[in-house]
Amino acid sequence: MTKMRQAVIFVLSLLLAPAAFGAYGPERLAGPRLEARAVALQRALRCVVCQGESLDESGAPLAADLRNLIRAKIEKGWTDTEIEKYLVARYGDFILMQPPLEPLTYALWFGPLIVLSIGGAAAAAVIFRARRNARAQEPG
Amino acid sequence: MTGEIGFLALCLALALALVQAAAGLIGARSDAELARSVASSSALGFSVFVCLAFGALTWGFVTSDFSILDVAQNSHTLKPLLYKITGVWGNHEGSMLLWMLVLALYTSAMAFGQRGGPRLTSAALGAQGLLAVAFLLYIILKSNPFLRLDPPPFEGAGLNPLLQDPGLAFHPPMLYLGYVGLSATFAYAAAALITGDVDAGWARAARPFMLAAWMALTLGITLGSWWAYYVLGWGGFWFWDPVENASLMPWLAATALLHSALATERTGAFRNWSLLLSLGAFSLSLIGTFLVRSGVLTSVHSFANDPERGKFILAMLFATIGSALCLFAWRAPKLGGGAAFEPVSRESALLLNNVLLTAAVATVFLGTLYPLFLEAATSTRISVGPPYFAVTFAPIFVALLLLLPFGPRLSWRRGDLALAARQLAPGLGVALVAGVVAFAAGAPSSLAAACAFALAGWVIAASVLDMREKLKTGALPVSSLASVFAHAGLGLSLLGIAGTSLWKSEALEIVAPGRSVTIASYTLVFDGVAPFMGPNYTAARATIEVRDRGKFVAMLYPETRSYPAEGQAVTKTAIHTTGFSDLYVALGDDRGGGRYVIRAYVNPLAPFIWFGGAVMALGGLASLVGRLRLRVVRLAPAE
Repeated sequence: MTKMRQAVIFVLSLLLAPAAFGAYGPERLAGPRLEARAVALQRALRCVVCQGESLDESGAPLAADLRNLIRAKIEKGWTDTEIEKYLVARYGDFILMQPPLEPLTYALWFGPLIVLSIGGAAAAAVIFRARRNARAQEPG
Repeated sequence: MTGEIGFLALCLALALALVQAAAGLIGARSDAELARSVASSSALGFSVFVCLAFGALTWGFVTSDFSILDVAQNSHTLKPLLYKITGVWGNHEGSMLLWMLVLALYTSAMAFGQRGGPRLTSAALGAQGLLAVAFLLYIILKSNPFLRLDPPPFEGAGLNPLLQDPGLAFHPPMLYLGYVGLSATFAYAAAALITGDVDAGWARAARPFMLAAWMALTLGITLGSWWAYYVLGWGGFWFWDPVENASLMPWLAATALLHSALATERTGAFRNWSLLLSLGAFSLSLIGTFLVRSGVLTSVHSFANDPERGKFILAMLFATIGSALCLFAWRAPKLGGGAAFEPVSRESALLLNNVLLTAAVATVFLGTLYPLFLEAATSTRISVGPPYFAVTFAPIFVALLLLLPFGPRLSWRRGDLALAARQLAPGLGVALVAGVVAFAAGAPSSLAAACAFALAGWVIAASVLDMREKLKTGALPVSSLASVFAHAGLGLSLLGIAGTSLWKSEALEIVAPGRSVTIASYTLVFDGVAPFMGPNYTAARATIEVRDRGKFVAMLYPETRSYPAEGQAVTKTAIHTTGFSDLYVALGDDRGGGRYVIRAYVNPLAPFIWFGGAVMALGGLASLVGRLRLRVVRLAPAE
């Protein structure tokens, strides 16, 4: 039942996300270098109530809160890793746009490479055989 | 009455689809002349009844017949006519019916065309009939769009305002023309396996469907991305969102198939692979449509909202994909390697293209579905966002683009790499110049931009060189220009993607009336916000005067609209485009005293992203027109 309710809230939040566009506010840190750090962080972190949007792009109120939180932490002198750790502790790995590399995600990270090597090997075998066929057909 | 007529038409369509499937499969035998004509005529009858059902639902939406549940839940009397019609597929039930309508269109095209001979057509109609039966059963049992509501409400609940937009109105039909078009290729591949005639005939028969599907998918994805760009209010065009990825996978697979089938048709090479790819491309379409429609992609939990539907869909996916793969394992030609070609040849180039595209599909597949599997298995939630695709998908595509210009310059069986390299030398020059210019003139100048521009320049220049040579040779079929357009379009899109991602400038300010915002060389003078009444919404509309270095350029009217019937609000951005760059303005919230938040972006080269998509699709069209013309020419002497 709670899962059901979560789902309903999730869907509602999706539908209402554009309405929350108004929650945008100009958030700016004094130093351009600090601001650049904040923007980089909010691009690497996900809006946890939206569909595939980063904190940077999202119009959801929660995303706006987190953008402000990131800036507050940066002003307090936290490092990027500390801020990320803090948010991961609260929202889980789900908040990271880039999934961490750990045993559970090895298949995700190395899968493309494996497919590429299998494909490459198969292609090499096909080409090798085709070359043999071509040479066999050639007169002389 | 409308609802009953529609439902009856669906049931009759199901009956005819059953006949079509049975007769079609029997007609695959050489002596079953009668079964073949039964299959063709029931295919046409099936199509007529599906059209009737779709027409009935459309009529229900147009006349706001709220005694039909689907209409009551998704329409409203005040909606403009266009959105009443497009509202037909703006919901689960209606979109499934649209899917069926497109299947019917392709089925009747197959029955009329009789490409590849009567036996192949018959078996293909049989396979297509089985698909129709499965999905009609789903529609009738689990997703009936004609359910009645008693008593009918006085007013409908309206359509999600995000969908009330011309871009999104035509995005689903286009995408479905692509997804379902691949069903025809699937059916021809299955037919080839059933009849045991796995030579090039099926690939030749399926080619127009392949091209039409690929073209529609290209346009559908382009439209969807354009819609996201101007609707979502911050200027992004691709999010690596699961729903988008679901359409990208079939596109990549169809692209691979177009290339591999080229070799199969021409020299009989890669027969097995082309067959498997045909089955796989449509399977990915199915996964795409139905996972999106079941809601499982947005959240594993929303699947549980309607477990009955979800289970039915999963069962259908397993049955379709599983039986296709079994058929392949059983009937695929055991002798794989008749092909004969040198390592440097067109065949090898196409093979390499397929290896890279397959890896690209695998990347998107993993990135989209791995989080689902992981959550289902371990209840660990992870996100796979753009950074993942930047390190996995992007390098694959870079390799593809680097090698692409060589492909069309290598001859079949034995190519000359040195000759190809000599012919491409001017292209390399263009690439270097493009890279250097991008580095020098770009603000901020970045190595990434230089590389992207060099790559795009390389691909576009190679296509232009190709076209020049082809035109010099004199009279050629239009279809020979297909690859030129398709490849050049890819380069143009890359220019747009690079320009927008690397050189975007942004301004976000609270502005009082009469004050202005400066962005790049533009000054935006804010003249305040006035209320505006639309047919089914109210809006706050800002008036903004755009000046470029003091000279008047345009007036822009970004809005925030609120739809009372649906209880939702959307932003309507305003875009001024020069064709080379977009000035993009969105209106934010009211900060009191007439002051508003204004968001503005300058997106250099953004229009190229979609222009490139259109050019790619033009390539598909050229090939299609060339083929159909060829057929007319071939028929003419016989008369």
